[in-house]
Formats: sequence, structure tokens, C-alpha cells
Amino acid sequence: MKVAIIKYNAGNIRSVDHALKRLGVHGDITDDPATITAADRVIFPGVGEAGTTMKYLVERGLDRLLKDLTQPVLGICLGQQLMCSWSEEGDTTCIGIFDQPVRRFPAGGLKVPHMGWNSLDWVGGDLFPAELKGSYVYFVHSYYVPVGENTAAETNYMVPFSAAMQKNNFYATQFHPEKSGDPGELILSQFLKL
Amino acid sequence: MLAKRIIPCLDIRNGLTVKGINFENVVDVGDPVELGAKYAREGADELVYLDITATHEGRKLFTNLVSSISEHLNIPFTVGGGIDRVEDADQLLSAGADKVSVNSSAVRDPGLIDRIARGFGNQFVVVAIDAQWKNDRWTVYINGGRIATEKELSSWALEAQERGAGEILFTSMNHDGTKKGYACEALRELSQKLSIPVIASGGAGEKEHFVEVFEKGEADAALAASIFHYNEIPVPELKAYLKKNNIIVR
Repeated sequence: MKVAIIKYNAGNIRSVDHALKRLGVHGDITDDPATITAADRVIFPGVGEAGTTMKYLVERGLDRLLKDLTQPVLGICLGQQLMCSWSEEGDTTCIGIFDQPVRRFPAGGLKVPHMGWNSLDWVGGDLFPAELKGSYVYFVHSYYVPVGENTAAETNYMVPFSAAMQKNNFYATQFHPEKSGDPGELILSQFLKL
Repeated sequence: MLAKRIIPCLDIRNGLTVKGINFENVVDVGDPVELGAKYAREGADELVYLDITATHEGRKLFTNLVSSISEHLNIPFTVGGGIDRVEDADQLLSAGADKVSVNSSAVRDPGLIDRIARGFGNQFVVVAIDAQWKNDRWTVYINGGRIATEKELSSWALEAQERGAGEILFTSMNHDGTKKGYACEALRELSQKLSIPVIASGGAGEKEHFVEVFEKGEADAALAASIFHYNEIPVPELKAYLKKNNIIVR
């Protein structure tokens, strides 16, 4: 199986590759359109700031390329946010796969960033067997996607939000499956099995 | 609910895990990757690896080690020690580190926090602060607790937050190595002043200390070294104890 991991300016991309390796799959870290298009699975990781990252993607045409992919695609963390329509972070127009805005966690409540292990209070969709309900996964983010029709898993931090999303061949997690212990590995292997 | 984090800390010298007592007298305790993987299996929420070598050769060994840790670990880890430039942080990110912690270098060059945060995001920067309570004031120290600075703990922590730190790791030098509990009062004050998470460090000796640091100290995470390395308090036993005491843990 060929897995393309989209290479771009920021983020711990290496750890996604390492997680795949632990599952016995080799990942190609690449920004080459042909390699991405030809892959069986595409992973769109991401840590960083929405505005500069979108700019980078647009300049290379990767935003359109991503939207047109037909194989299973998995966005991670900022990847999920950039797959939405718009982000409050830097008032950024995003790729628009999920018709959802991205909001900043309200100030004055709990600490922001939301950092650490939080529970999946509700799970649905193809990547989440029912046994994952209540499992803890690892989050690091200051912006969130509200719960909507594409929500595939829900977590609560001041507000309930989309811990994961799914629409057609597009999947996304706000948390880092590559850093989420056994539950994370199960989710990644579900994605590879699709 | 967001869980409180338990973070074993591994000091690394020439590729081996060591543990100092009161910032001195280092003793080797084992292979960092193996030890980290063991903690991950046992339920540690995160790990911190600090390079205390500070030589060119040691640094290279450490970067290779980070890459190996990232290959084997399925939980997040922070690396620190000798990160003076954005390039150092970049190299460690490329090797697979999830976060870097800066300490003395950030005190000497506070703009380093801004530059790393801008380059790789706030979540990537942990600002570690060693401070000592002396003459009614928490004085910030650098160089592994050897040199006192003009800075005061909470104002420096607030400045670090302002500059883009994603977390503050506060080590009380008065408590470190004593095993008599964390600096809960100072931690609570810090936690209430800051809007970013606070990691408590220094003083863990009993399971009760962890309940205290989360309840009284309002810490978001608690770091410890020797009690884990010498298996005085195994992580699973600690987690079970915290659960029994109504602390939310994974």
C-alpha cells in the first residue's frame, strides 16, 4: 500500500511516518502532486498557524489537489481545520471540504491551548469502532470545529467540538492519532483498512 | 474531561538516562528509548527528555536519540537542553520531537520564544523555569540552577506566555530532590495567573504529592524523575491512586 504524507512547512510530520512504520506501512513524505494523486491513502498532517499554512498550500496548488482527491484522505489536527471552509485564526479561507467554520476556544474559561489527553465522548463513522467511546486521545489546539453534520467523534472542552470528521472519502481528526497510544493506532489502522 | 498528565522526565547525558539530586551528583539509570517505551506502556501521558551533555558530540547523539524515541513511542514527548537557536528547534522537530523546552537560552534571549513560536506554533514551545524561593521572592536561575538572574518567576512566566510559550514547566529548586512534595502554593499562583498549562516539577516523593499538586497546586501536569526511574512509585499504581482520589487521569 502506498501512503503519501503531505509535506509542508510546519509540523511534526516525522512522527506520522513513524506511527505508520509501527503499523508495518511505509509512508512517503512528499509534496509532489503526481505521487500524492497516485497514493492509495493520503495523510494531511499539520501543526502550525492556519493563515501561513494555507498560503503555502495555495501557492503550490496543493489546496485544489487535496479537494479533488478520491482515495481516502486523513487530515490531522490543523489538517482537519484546513479542510473546513474558514478559520477564525487569521480570518483564513480554507480548503472547504467540510462546510464548517473553525472557531477559537473562548477566553476566560479553561486554559488554551487545549493540551493533553481528553475523552471521546461520542464516536461514529468508519474509523471509530464503538469500543473507542470513552477512550483518551491526545489533543493540542487552540481552535476547534463545532459539532455539525460531518462530526465523526465528539469531545468536550468548554464546548462540545468535533474530535473527528468524515465526509465521503475525507476523514479528519483534531487529535493526534500518531501520538494517542493504542486508541490512536487502532484509528490509524482502521484508516489503512478502509 | 481533560485528564491531568503524569510526565516522567529523563535526563540524558551522552545518550544515557541519568538522574541528578539537587541539580548535582548524576547517576546513570538506563537506556532512554527502552525506559521511555516502558513508561508509555505503563500509562505515562507524556515524556520529557533533557539533554544535559551540552557538547557538540553529545548534541549529535541526542538528535539521533530523538529520532529513535520518535520511532518507538506512541505518546508525545518534549526535548530540551542546549536549544539556543531556532535552527536547533527545527532540527529536533525534524527528528520527531513534539515540543522543545527552552530554559537558560530563553532567559538570555527572550526573543527566542517568539521566533520558535512563530516558526512552529505555540504548542511547540515549553518554557522551563528553574526558580528558588529566597528572601521572599522566587528568583529565576539559569545554567542548571547555578546562576541567579534578575528575573522573578511569575513575571517571567507571564512574559514567556506573552511571547508565545505553549506551556510553562516550573521547577522549584527548593523542592527538587527533597521528595517532600511540590511547591503547591507557588504553582497555584502561577496557574491562576497564566492562561496556558503549567507543568509542576520538583519534589515528588509520595503518591499523595500528586493529589496535592493537582488539587492545591492546580497544576495541569506533574513531572517527576527518580520516583519513576527507581520504580518507587510505578506509573500504573500512581494512576490508580489518583483515580481513587477523584483526579481525572487517563
